[in-house]
Amino acid sequence: MIAWMNWTPSVAIFFAVIAGLLAVMTVYELVSPSVERKGFLPIATTRGDRLFIGLLSAAYIHLTFLAVSDVTLWVALAVSVAWMVVLLRWG
Amino acid sequence: MDRIPDNRAWWLVLPVFLLVAFSALIPLMTVVNYSVQDIFGPGQAYFVGTEWFREVLTDQRLQDSLLRQFLFSGAVLLIQIPLGIGVALLMPKSGIKGSLCLILVAIPLLIPWNVVGTIWQIFARGDIGLFGWGVNQLGVDYNYTGNTVDAWLTVLLMDVWHWTPLVALLCYSGLRAIPEAFYQAAEIDRASRWAVFRYIQLPRLKSVLVIAVLLRFMDSFMIYSEPFVLTGGGPGSSTTFLSQTLTTMAVGQFDLGRAAAFSLVYFLIVLLISWLFFTAITHADKDT
Repeated sequence: MIAWMNWTPSVAIFFAVIAGLLAVMTVYELVSPSVERKGFLPIATTRGDRLFIGLLSAAYIHLTFLAVSDVTLWVALAVSVAWMVVLLRWG
Repeated sequence: MDRIPDNRAWWLVLPVFLLVAFSALIPLMTVVNYSVQDIFGPGQAYFVGTEWFREVLTDQRLQDSLLRQFLFSGAVLLIQIPLGIGVALLMPKSGIKGSLCLILVAIPLLIPWNVVGTIWQIFARGDIGLFGWGVNQLGVDYNYTGNTVDAWLTVLLMDVWHWTPLVALLCYSGLRAIPEAFYQAAEIDRASRWAVFRYIQLPRLKSVLVIAVLLRFMDSFMIYSEPFVLTGGGPGSSTTFLSQTLTTMAVGQFDLGRAAAFSLVYFLIVLLISWLFFTAITHADKDT
């Protein structure tokens, strides 16, 4: 039934990680509900907002790496993870 | 009887979730899968990693159509928003004249996209179209099928004709929502017409305008039928916008992998801009 979707392992891992992130954040939210606050971002954000901003900017970071350099994407991934941590903590 | 915490109402959300999964999530996941493979047919797919993305991001043709798309959407907003506000300010406030104006202004919105394209394709022709013929009679050399500038102006004019009414109607409803007391206070202070517009009408139109800008941006960013019917993307590729480039790639050349990578980039651009607008709207509401 899902043969037409042409699943590949890397894409499966990608979506599994995203789903995992959402699940972890949901549990975290239930355990300690997030409070909207103002960090270095120009707007007040909740934890979920910052996760979304982090994921979206991670996509752009990867695309920028692809567009302007031949460096392996693991570097882009490292930069994205670092950025995500900074964003979640101080954003 | 003790009240049991009951969250079973959440099951009522399930149909919506299934529908969204069926119509959006699964296709999106499929597109992501396609974007990392070279697909020749059912069962004949080869993993190529990020190759398509790298190609798409460095493809001159795509960069050109992206640039054209931004230019077009920018021009659309720069013309339609001020024009729409102007039209809304000039429309009669009530009575039979007001109703007539509303109907007249709304007519272009009722016409389907491809019909709008066809109307303008004939209307702007130099030999049998009233507009094209008239402009040529005035001594201006106008030919939208051969001249890039003419083609651009025609596509822009068509979009302005089709969609400025939407901005005008939104602004009109925003203007009607301003209480009369504001105008009376302005009159007592002997405020000029400009001051009334600048300090009463414009601030009160803010939230409506954000919606208008959002709608017009999104619609113009994915414009397809009208320029496709009017100019077919020509002359050359001067009016080929993003969605037409994408369609040519996906359906015309059946280049699924590349088209999937491209549509994901397209999706990310739209997502970023929608999010910016959404944030702007929600924060504008918080401020007032």
